[in-house]
Amino acid sequence: MADLKLENVQKAFGDNPVIRGIDLTITKGEMVCLIGASGSGKSTLLRCMNLLEPIDDGNIFLDGTDISEPGKDPQPVRQRIGMVFQSYNLFPHMTALDNAMLAPRRILGGSRAQLRPALEEMFTRFGLHDRMNHFPDQLSGGQQQRVAIIRALAMQPEIMLFDEITSALDPELVGEVLDVLRDLRSQGMTMVLATHEMGFARELADKVCFLHQGRILEQGPPDQIFEAPNEERTKAFLSRVL
Amino acid sequence: MPTQTRRQSFEARQRKRANMIAAASTFAVLAAIVLLVPLAPGWENVKRSFFNGAVFAKTFPGLLNAFVMDVAIFLWCAPLIAALGLIVAIARDLRSPALYPVRLLAIAYTDVFRGLPVILVIYLIGFGIPGLGLPRPWNSPYIWGSLALILVYSAYVAEVIRSGIESIHDSQRNAALSLGLSGGDTMRYVILPQAVRRVVPANMNLFIALQKDVALLSFIGPVEIFRQAGVYKSLMANFTPYVGAALIFLALTIPATRYADYLMNKQSKARS
Amino acid sequence: MKFWTTAAALMLASSAAYADSCATGKTLTDGMLTVATGNPAYFPWVMDDAPETGKGFEAAVAYAVAAEMGFDADHVAWIRTSFDQAIQPGAKEFDVNMQQFSITPEREEMVDFSAPYYTSAMAVLTTKSVVEAGATADVASLKSLIWGADANTTAVPMLGDLIAPEKSPLLYDDNADVTAAMQAGQIDAALFDLPTALYLSAVVLNDGALLGQFPADRGENPDQFGMLMEKGSPLKECVDAAITALTENGKLAEIEAEWLQATTGVPLIK
Repeated sequence: MADLKLENVQKAFGDNPVIRGIDLTITKGEMVCLIGASGSGKSTLLRCMNLLEPIDDGNIFLDGTDISEPGKDPQPVRQRIGMVFQSYNLFPHMTALDNAMLAPRRILGGSRAQLRPALEEMFTRFGLHDRMNHFPDQLSGGQQQRVAIIRALAMQPEIMLFDEITSALDPELVGEVLDVLRDLRSQGMTMVLATHEMGFARELADKVCFLHQGRILEQGPPDQIFEAPNEERTKAFLSRVL
Repeated sequence: MPTQTRRQSFEARQRKRANMIAAASTFAVLAAIVLLVPLAPGWENVKRSFFNGAVFAKTFPGLLNAFVMDVAIFLWCAPLIAALGLIVAIARDLRSPALYPVRLLAIAYTDVFRGLPVILVIYLIGFGIPGLGLPRPWNSPYIWGSLALILVYSAYVAEVIRSGIESIHDSQRNAALSLGLSGGDTMRYVILPQAVRRVVPANMNLFIALQKDVALLSFIGPVEIFRQAGVYKSLMANFTPYVGAALIFLALTIPATRYADYLMNKQSKARS
Repeated sequence: MKFWTTAAALMLASSAAYADSCATGKTLTDGMLTVATGNPAYFPWVMDDAPETGKGFEAAVAYAVAAEMGFDADHVAWIRTSFDQAIQPGAKEFDVNMQQFSITPEREEMVDFSAPYYTSAMAVLTTKSVVEAGATADVASLKSLIWGADANTTAVPMLGDLIAPEKSPLLYDDNADVTAAMQAGQIDAALFDLPTALYLSAVVLNDGALLGQFPADRGENPDQFGMLMEKGSPLKECVDAAITALTENGKLAEIEAEWLQATTGVPLIK
């Protein structure tokens, strides 16, 4: 059971407030999509959940434990919450397999031989078995992003955060990455996505949150948000992107 | 339809013109050197003192032999410089407050040793530390002279590596941290391997400079190529041995410099 | 130009000695003999680094030779050069250069030397602790020491010829560095001309000692000092004549007796 609960989370970069009091609950097995214009705070919110950005005020609870307490070691939390980035951020000096193997070897322990079968299975599952020993610059964007997802999954996280992971991809490569997400969804992975793929959000999300200027202006099931948004700003945003 | 576009024929004309100017000016400069220098009233004397065939033939094998010492000193200094440079670079990036003194020390170290002339460090360490009364073989000028080179060059290498570390985009650090890796593991497995690779050409230039500066050890006793050339110069009252030594250095350093430039170009192309 | 030479000639015509000198018109500056020494010039060759006082062996010899050539003390000018400046090609800034330059056939290919004005014994400079450790004045014992020398001197080839040390010697730029290395225990012994060794042992080193000497009149490889001149210098004949005269009339021996310590106290190396 892994519930993530945000209470009045605030974050500013210098004098510039980016997250201005966000409350959000993500329950186990749920898929939550964050939508909103660029600069609305989606990415920052995800980075806060993973503790890559320390929050200024408010609380983040993971299974009831406050993980946002200042000075607390973020490492154990990050091991439980995986994250995939827009620009893949694979380690360019390692093969795809080594990218995925680094964290488990250093943290979970175990030899390469012990870890390899499970990882190999994952590469096969996501159609990358013949790309395991390639370096990132030998892979397409879609392949790299799939490797990045495998790398995060290799730590067997309880929650996965996806930060606009298809935004940097050529349109024809978006599908193969979304298929991976569908696969994860069907496995019951708890996921939070910042995304511009409205169709995908509508198809699979349990909950959609519309962010505007660092606040969640509106949240609800996809049908409600996409069919009958309450807020004018939500309507305006959707009319621009749909 | 013409075989060349207007632009192409214009550019061809420009290229031809540029080539002709380059050829003509190169020829003019070479001609000036070859024809005019020997006309200088002192040329015969300079030739006898600096480009003396007999002296060259007599001293060159000895110089080559002495150069083995330069290469040997280089070979045992280089790995130690790489190791110490790496340690200092990492120490300069320590963020833990408990380790602040280490960081401070690393900063002071790089400032001091980059701020001193190499020869001064060689003198001070090469004569100073053995003067404390160390027994043999621990007072050898080879040890302390090498240490002086190691200290100076590690400071430069550390700065180069640090610039490499800083050139690695934060997204790499974030990606590693988001997996739950510790700061140390992130540095060791993700940042450093990339940083070190990125600064290979810059470090190669430093190591070429090191090979040249090994000659400075001659000031505290070791008879390497520069000193051997000096001995020949003194014995024969002739500077030709220095020219021989210069040729030997160039035979090593020019290919190495070219190779470093090649790597540098390759890398900047790969990044653009 | 002509005006100045005429003027100089007129001015100097008053000096009777000058008028019929063999050096006339052959020096750098008419009527002046320009002598180069080291920078600094060392005891006992030049006292207190002040050659113009005429004190010290080489300073005194310079004035004696100058007088013989027809230059009184007021017409001797001093400049300083390094060894490298002394041998570099091109116009020299001195008429003669004296700083214990040893005469060798190889060097004579490139520069001219006067007749020798001094024949030096070579001495082994060491420290008392090395002597206490058992070093003795015989070649067999000397072979096993770690040797040093000034790289710009003929001590380097002599080391090989006279002693042939087991370990390759360490070489330095000047006396100061040789003594620093000896003080640091990096070398056991160094080969110098005897007067320099005496000075370094007595004044510079803390516990200096002279182990022994290879006497000046040894048959092979005598170390003779000559005044260095530009190759083909027109002055050579005149300088040689002066030195020969000083040698024959015993003046040179007198100067040597005045400035250079008796060397008989230093044991001969077997």
